[in-house]
Amino acid sequence: MGSPGHTQVLDTSKRYAAGVLKYAQMGYWQPDYVPTESDVLALFRITPQEGVDPEEAAAAVAGESSTATWTVVWTDRLTACENYRAKAYKVEPVPNNPSQYFAWIAYELDLFEEGSIANLTASIIGNVFSFKPLKAARLEDMRLPLAYVKTFRGPPTGIVVERERLDKFGRPLLGATTKPKLGLSGKNYGRVVFEALKGGLDFVKDDENINSQAFMHWRDRFLYCMEAVSRASAGTGEVKGHYLNITAGTMEEMYKRAEFARELGSVIVMVDLVVGWTAIQSISNWCRDNDMILHMHRAGHGTYTRQKSHGVSFRVIAKWLRLAGVDHLHTGTAVGKLEGDPLTVQGYYNVCRDRVSEVDLPRGLFYRQDWGGLRKVMPVASGGIHAGQMHQLIDLFGDDVVLQFGGGTIGHPMGIQAGATANRVALEATVLARNEGRDIRHEGPEILMTAARHCKPLQAALDTWKDVSFNYASTDTSDFVPTPSVA
Amino acid sequence: MRVTQGAFSFLPDLTDQQIRAQIEYCLRNNWAVSVEYTDDIHPRNTYWEMFGMPMFDLHDAAGAMSEINACRKTWPKHYIRVNAFDSTLGWETVRLSFLVNRPPDEPGFRLRRIEAQGRVQRYEVEPYATGERAGRRY
Repeated sequence: MGSPGHTQVLDTSKRYAAGVLKYAQMGYWQPDYVPTESDVLALFRITPQEGVDPEEAAAAVAGESSTATWTVVWTDRLTACENYRAKAYKVEPVPNNPSQYFAWIAYELDLFEEGSIANLTASIIGNVFSFKPLKAARLEDMRLPLAYVKTFRGPPTGIVVERERLDKFGRPLLGATTKPKLGLSGKNYGRVVFEALKGGLDFVKDDENINSQAFMHWRDRFLYCMEAVSRASAGTGEVKGHYLNITAGTMEEMYKRAEFARELGSVIVMVDLVVGWTAIQSISNWCRDNDMILHMHRAGHGTYTRQKSHGVSFRVIAKWLRLAGVDHLHTGTAVGKLEGDPLTVQGYYNVCRDRVSEVDLPRGLFYRQDWGGLRKVMPVASGGIHAGQMHQLIDLFGDDVVLQFGGGTIGHPMGIQAGATANRVALEATVLARNEGRDIRHEGPEILMTAARHCKPLQAALDTWKDVSFNYASTDTSDFVPTPSVA
Repeated sequence: MRVTQGAFSFLPDLTDQQIRAQIEYCLRNNWAVSVEYTDDIHPRNTYWEMFGMPMFDLHDAAGAMSEINACRKTWPKHYIRVNAFDSTLGWETVRLSFLVNRPPDEPGFRLRRIEAQGRVQRYEVEPYATGERAGRRY
């Protein structure tokens, strides 16, 4: 690390001579640098091209995500450039993976505009992923300094206030996504919503791609869904909700749909991650002004979060979304149909719910993160889960989560209400038993079978889906523990 | 109909032994248990009548059980719930709430619709029982 290629050129006549220097020579590799409390910290997993040494690759990442370009420019000397340069300060090999390295980089806080995820991401992931000397790069984790955290408003509602508004405490919330995803008319769609809520769910959800298509325009959907919500509330005495997806082509249209949802008395609206960071922060402000819970569907994330060598880890996306201000966030199930190693997924849940997240390498958390009083995001577990997995889900994720059984409600052999009832009974029986001190991880199946004795729909659900599991190896796992699979 | 507010309303009514086990769970978590009752079961009725203060320094579930039983004796046909309050920083809210008493007959709720513009309906949910004055509802 002391070789000339890695050492910053301090003689200014040489440093600023026209031409090309290595990034390390330009000052982006600073092995002695000690990050300050107010630095933004980023950990990249990099795969350098053959012949590019890891320190230079790390310096290049620091350079390209802050002030550098490919050649020396004299205009650096018009600035306090040492301050604005990101510093790569540590490189270490990824365990059991000889071609990859972890590159630790620190950024001075002044590089970032307050309260703007768009600005933060334009720097940190703006150019660097296309940089030729790297075969691949992945942003594994970030530490957002408290000074920066406090420039964001965070979730408009948060777990605590959501529960107080809904008057639901001490158990996970239950939801389902209406199926089929596409093609139902407004009237038929509302039927599914009513049946599921009346049967015992707290929420039903529009899917990510339900917007305003020819088979069902958005106003029609909103009207029928709120009829269903109101009927179900009157039929149970509970507060109920349906996540009305207000995702649209423009902000003007999103606001219009949000205002109609408010006029109809909905407690919650939803947007997809694909609307973008600025739209998310804007609609979050609107939700704060209108006492609306904001549900975030992470549509599209798998394109850049799933592969370990490339993209942005979902734990980073979750951190940005907590700052940007969402109330619900899909964070995975570990046991369902979608990608998710259990420990890695628990790491995302911690990012959503902690006051302070501690370093936890097996769960993929590389930094201590102080959330500075920002409200907690309610994680959502959705995708290929059923009543027979209730004990696993509660054991993995605890009470503060929305468990969403779409097919597991609507596909029930006795109908949608029965499917919803099966899930609710399974949920309450499992929570009751856990609170009584029973070991639900191991006794779960027995607890569910006992509960099914007074609930035929639960018995039918257990019989129908007893052998269903999605037992595939995860791609996105921690490098610091062997990865157990969940049956 | 059966009102399904509270954490365990989809299960058969809890026995006193089961209620006691839940209170012991709350005490293990250092949550303050309290008892509340109402004869207005509207889902937005946040403030039920408090049957005494939250039991902040309770160490034995027996104390809470005797409060529950006293409340049942005074208000045998009211809805009664047990709340557990967590004062931990960042929570400072109820962490568990479940019913321990309900009226023998639950008549349910009337849903009123008022037509507005553009096919909009204004919905009003009202417990049938609140047609009677407080104290004579069940």
